[in-house]
Amino acid sequence: MTTTQMKPLAPQPEVDTSPLKRLRRDRALLQAACIVISLFMLVPIYLISLAALSTRESLNDFPLSLLPTNLSFETLGAFLGSTGILGAFGNSLIVGIGTLLISALIGIPAGYALARFAFPAKEPYQLFLLFTRALPIVVLSVPLARLFLTVDLYDTTYAVILLHTALALPTTILISASVFLSVPIDVEEAARVFGCTPAGAFLKVVMPMALPGLAAASIFTFVMSWNEVLGASILTLDHRTLPAQVLTSLADSPLAYRFAGGFALVIPSIIFIAFMRRYLTNMWGSTIR
Amino acid sequence: MTVDSPPAPVQLDTPARPRRIPPAVLLIAPSIVFMALLLGWPVIQGVLQAFRGDEGFTLDYITRMVEDPYFWPAVRNTLLLIAVMIPLQFVFAITMALLLRSNPRLNKVHFFVWAIPLALSDLAAGLVWLSIFNDRGYLNSVLTSLGLDSIPWLAYDNPATLFLCVLVAEVWRSTSLVLVIVVSGLQGIPKDYDEAAQVFGATFWQRLRHVTLPLLKPSLQVALILRTILAFQTFAVAQALTGQNFPLVVGETYRWYTALQNPNVAAALALVILVASMLISVFYLRALRDKGQEGTR
Repeated sequence: MTTTQMKPLAPQPEVDTSPLKRLRRDRALLQAACIVISLFMLVPIYLISLAALSTRESLNDFPLSLLPTNLSFETLGAFLGSTGILGAFGNSLIVGIGTLLISALIGIPAGYALARFAFPAKEPYQLFLLFTRALPIVVLSVPLARLFLTVDLYDTTYAVILLHTALALPTTILISASVFLSVPIDVEEAARVFGCTPAGAFLKVVMPMALPGLAAASIFTFVMSWNEVLGASILTLDHRTLPAQVLTSLADSPLAYRFAGGFALVIPSIIFIAFMRRYLTNMWGSTIR
Repeated sequence: MTVDSPPAPVQLDTPARPRRIPPAVLLIAPSIVFMALLLGWPVIQGVLQAFRGDEGFTLDYITRMVEDPYFWPAVRNTLLLIAVMIPLQFVFAITMALLLRSNPRLNKVHFFVWAIPLALSDLAAGLVWLSIFNDRGYLNSVLTSLGLDSIPWLAYDNPATLFLCVLVAEVWRSTSLVLVIVVSGLQGIPKDYDEAAQVFGATFWQRLRHVTLPLLKPSLQVALILRTILAFQTFAVAQALTGQNFPLVVGETYRWYTALQNPNVAAALALVILVASMLISVFYLRALRDKGQEGTR
């Protein structure tokens, strides 16, 4: 209806709308690409959840339904009820928290020293840390198994805690150093001027400011320990962590069990990332150099 | 310590200054002791374990390792996986990071979703994709309902699809690590450079090639070293997806240790990984540094 009225305006200099159109089209393509990648990341997680939450009979159907038509907790319940799984859950928690505590206890002071003091072998020490990050887990696990056998630590959660701490320590030191670097030294000096001891200034002034970053680093340590498969399954027989337990029972377990195991391993990681997402880039960006 | 600082006369007869241990050393010492015990010592022991038999030095374990029918396929698979996966996931990660930088709608949600696999173990990734790739899994279900033939993706006589499945699962899982490093590297680059180039009429590809990528090089170098070393350690994905059908070097270590109960050969295999990781790090550092010097002239 407007076209007839627009006609008289036609002689106006024509506006070239093609750049605008191209811009719009590019934006639309960009959004579409983002959505496609997100789908690629999410669909497998959706499918493993679906597989873990379907009944055993519906898993035997073919073709499988892609929609949640037959939801039940039967498979997941059977997985959680099977021997060793609950214990392995507990072991994973113990190992994760133990690793977190020990590596914080040893790593945070070292990180503080790296951030605040100049000391003789600082450069070699930092290089050494970077090198140890690259040390493959296999190289450590096999000899450590023998060491732990001789000192009666084999097949205990302590053995796994020690291995995981050794793996996580270099990262913890580097991350906490970068966290302390971001706390201005002035506030610490001000606290000293007003009569705090060095330890007091650290605990009352620096710690509260560094805490969020250190917490993120700790979650990171926990995640590493929670996910580590190879070392844990070499160092233990009966006191396995969850991934180790799932790995060793892979060969002789039905598909439903494996899917439930996969689901049980996937869910915590979503929660971890939800907690850490604000720190992801600072942590990786500032520590690795 | 400072509260009861001794009165001046006492200080005179003790040479206090040189004896005081600096606080930094006290703070660092536990970490050094711990790492020497649990990182340094095992590495030395590992070397000894691989080369020392009942009567001194021996190459028996190395020969046994090399003569095992699974050894060379495992080496080949590991190298092939790395050679295909690393370039693929770097292209993927850089694309994703650039997409995020252009501020799409739901920016934060996308980043969260793309970062989820960061906290996933390779075992979990293997199990996730097992639900898709197994004979009666979701992929074949889709193929069948589209009227196509289902394909035995994980059959042992189908090495190409085996490789493809492991590749897809690993790219899915581990690209997020590269992504996070690249995103944090991009955040450190001021947008001005890119905009300046844009003002002078540089196309997207020119800006990427001559502005963004060179500035991103330190991050890429770190990501490359870290990712390659981690890629050498891939094994649970293959274990979960294929069992023994797609051997990888670390998987072989695990098999020698647990199933064959031979820690010495396992140690020898671990040394292969160690040497390979060190060689590749040195290679990257050299290669990327040399290029850097050319760049600055």
